[in-house]
Amino acid sequence: MINKKVKNVQEALQGVKSKMTLMLGGFGLCGIPEKAIAELVRLDIRDVICISNNAGVDDFGLGLLLQKKQIKKMISSYVGENEEFERQMLSGELEVELTPQGTLAEKCRAAQAGFPAFYTPAGYGTEVAEGKETREFDGKMYVLEPAFKADFAFVKAWKGDAAGNLVFKGTSRNFNPNMCGAANVTVAEVEEMVEVGQLDPNNIHIPGIFVQRIFQGENYEKRIEQRTVRQRD
Amino acid sequence: MALDKIGIAKRIAQEVQDGFYVNLGIGIPTLVANYVSDNIEVEFQSENGVLGMGAFPFDGDEDADIINAGKQTITTKPGASFFDSATSFSMIRGKHVDLTILGAMEVSENGDIANWKIPGKMVKGMGGAMDLVASAENIIVAMMHSNKRGESKVLKKCSLPLTGVGCVTKVVTNLAVLEVKNNNFYLLERAPGVSIEEINSATEGTLIVEGEIPEMILF
Repeated sequence: MINKKVKNVQEALQGVKSKMTLMLGGFGLCGIPEKAIAELVRLDIRDVICISNNAGVDDFGLGLLLQKKQIKKMISSYVGENEEFERQMLSGELEVELTPQGTLAEKCRAAQAGFPAFYTPAGYGTEVAEGKETREFDGKMYVLEPAFKADFAFVKAWKGDAAGNLVFKGTSRNFNPNMCGAANVTVAEVEEMVEVGQLDPNNIHIPGIFVQRIFQGENYEKRIEQRTVRQRD
Repeated sequence: MALDKIGIAKRIAQEVQDGFYVNLGIGIPTLVANYVSDNIEVEFQSENGVLGMGAFPFDGDEDADIINAGKQTITTKPGASFFDSATSFSMIRGKHVDLTILGAMEVSENGDIANWKIPGKMVKGMGGAMDLVASAENIIVAMMHSNKRGESKVLKKCSLPLTGVGCVTKVVTNLAVLEVKNNNFYLLERAPGVSIEEINSATEGTLIVEGEIPEMILF
């Protein structure tokens, strides 16, 4: 077993510097790497490029980095629900590259899988395709999209072990598995670190080879963005 | 009388067929799930990574790790599955989803749709909409016929930045059901009590009216 376990978030984020490109898993606030984000705020690194489907809300998730103006550029598919984000974007303080959600996921997966680029029909004929190579296959038009290049990927899983194996829960899986191994260094934080051998090899979502550092976070807040319930009769 | 949002959702629910995998967008489309017949088997896909979405959870049962694309807490039905974002869009891009229902700010007579950006004013992003409209073969748009200023959203040409080109197959509004074909809007049905003249005057794009146009039947 190759041991990927580090003792805490400080050790996990060693080498993270200003101006780096960072990938962060999560959809809305679901499955975000809370502990890595808190440490990025504490480290006060600046001018980073963040690849993340969303930008958190004003006071949680990547919204915390936005408030301190640590982010130079966001690459996301959807940025609603965040006033500070919208303000910084419309005023030009923050660069934003809006990317179709499936393309965003595939740009991660392509980086993970060693593909330099891929063709997708998403965005053809729209401003997303402006300046990009297009090509026809079987009578339909496609846009060439390059794989992401990133320095660090921060992902959050439900369970993991020292070998770096990961298991996700529910829809908190989202972009997290696609970002594993898609950056030079992948840092996984887990709610529960189990002994090596306890995870069933048949049920591992991400094999440890895609993960360089793993640690257990404490006291996850797991905030709900839109609590929607029905009443019992 | 023109329909409200629930009326639009009810009419679109009639388009959902037994055995369909369906992706619902945010807004009116989300309501469609409430009105699909109990006599058919349908699976709802949410692009954040779940197939087999169920009802909202009971108060106290909500789980932060189980949400839909609108970030609302949900439950799952027996037979449901969770998956990563790339797999989710493999379902969409790979045409495994049978029906896509989404909202729009504008549609045009050649099937273009705009729903992600108002330059200088509102930029929320396209989310999964561009992937959905670029690949889906059966796209129904749910929207009001006119905007809040009374201007038609059913146009010759979209004025807002496009989400996709030549992709919309059907439009259901508070006034009418329209089929998008041969660079025209074909009027299929009228909302109860709404006249062809009303629909015509609210439609900026080319409206084709052939034969008797029935009223929608809503349950």
